[in-house]
Amino acid sequence: MHMPDGLINAQVSIGAAVIAAGAITVGLKKSKGTLDSQTAPLAGLVAVFIFAFQMMNFPVAAGTSGHLMGGALASILVGPYVAILVMTVVVSLQALVFADGGLSALGLNLLNMGIVSIVVSTILFAGLMKLLPKTRISIIGVSATVAFISVLASAGAFVFEYSLGGNATYNIASVLISVMSVHVLIGIGEAIITGLTIGAILATRADLVYGARKFLPAHNLLIKESVVA
Amino acid sequence: MIIDSQRITLDTKSEHVHGHGVGDHLYVHKHSIVHDLPAQVKVVAAIGFIFIVVLTPVHAVWAFALYLTMMFIVVGLAKLHFPLVLRRMLIEIPFVIFAVLMPFFGSAPRIEVLGISLSEAGLWAAFGILAKGTIGVITSVTLAATTRARDLLQGLEAIRVPAVLIQIATFMLRYSAVVTNDLARMKVARESRGFSATGIKHWKVLAHSAGALFIRSYERGERVHLAMLARGYNGTIIDLYKPIVVRRDWLIALVLPVLAIAIMMIAWVTL
Repeated sequence: MHMPDGLINAQVSIGAAVIAAGAITVGLKKSKGTLDSQTAPLAGLVAVFIFAFQMMNFPVAAGTSGHLMGGALASILVGPYVAILVMTVVVSLQALVFADGGLSALGLNLLNMGIVSIVVSTILFAGLMKLLPKTRISIIGVSATVAFISVLASAGAFVFEYSLGGNATYNIASVLISVMSVHVLIGIGEAIITGLTIGAILATRADLVYGARKFLPAHNLLIKESVVA
Repeated sequence: MIIDSQRITLDTKSEHVHGHGVGDHLYVHKHSIVHDLPAQVKVVAAIGFIFIVVLTPVHAVWAFALYLTMMFIVVGLAKLHFPLVLRRMLIEIPFVIFAVLMPFFGSAPRIEVLGISLSEAGLWAAFGILAKGTIGVITSVTLAATTRARDLLQGLEAIRVPAVLIQIATFMLRYSAVVTNDLARMKVARESRGFSATGIKHWKVLAHSAGALFIRSYERGERVHLAMLARGYNGTIIDLYKPIVVRRDWLIALVLPVLAIAIMMIAWVTL
């Protein structure tokens, strides 16, 4: 969900923007080492992909709809640092070019949909993969689990921001229950789609999945010394 | 997908282009004082204005009426149609529901409105969210409707947004149509094989499409990158067109946030 202006007070919005700016700076620094100048065209096309992914809406109760977030998917596909840049561009352009999400809430939206979900999914993915056998099935299962929890983490970040500076009179407990119950549904959708998407990519171009690169056997180009007649 | 070759023209003579460029979904081409302002000036003015609106105390109802009037004047100056602006505001609806339900659940003191007991604090909070959210959406829609995506990115680069982010955004807008067409072709291909998505059992097929879309996008990114390297790309894009910003542009645009600051200060003092 893209937050509008005025839902959270200005102080918390600015605080979130400062944290988001810090995370983006880290992303900019670290992604330089991994991708060099390749970052721009590749990350740009990954951004288009995440943008298209986010457009998958599905109806949730009471006339509202949830959309997929793609933070976990991005971090598994291209790694956390490039994912931060990708999500930053996607969420910022949604606010500036598509008028989706308030301008004063941009920092909050960047923090919730981008940084929180990327950080949570990166840590969780690495942790779970340590415990499980390094197979295709466990990569898919872990991706789905991570996607589910990252959506709940984003929702949790929203509830936390609300408790700090929410301009509404609902008490925290009821906001927590309603926001979480909606996001459990969104999370299930996100988990299924993320897991299946990762599975589909692993089946054909496993080398493109950043999170799986370490675990799957490398298919090196085999050059034989002589041709057997 | 039919490509109309008649529509592909090279416009080398002038910077002034009519019609829509890439990523200009909300852009409405008009000639107005708001359209003519440089993008970065508009972005700074809009963000400044919105923060001031958010900082205004909710009990100063008159202040929000003035902010709304100011934005209506801007929409009028931009020669935008009000129905279009209103239609784009529908994006706000989930939060309208969130706000409207609030007075029913809020705490005491409660007041009677048309025989229904409502929470006073809830009413004020609901008003605040609706007023600030609405003014915010009008501002965002006006910005998007009067600023070309290309100009926006150049403007952001001029105010020191990191070049890598600008480049990623440029590629995203540039290739969004290409990827959307990819998606459309895949849909046609699926449907010509007799597929129609009816429920959860078809998610696997859709996810395969998403996977294929990622691979196509990634590989396209690689090809584009190699093609750019072959043409001498070294991480920076040389832009021949630089928007010129004069002090007058800033003076015009900053009328909005400066007036808003005055209103906000009066609102706090008189509260």
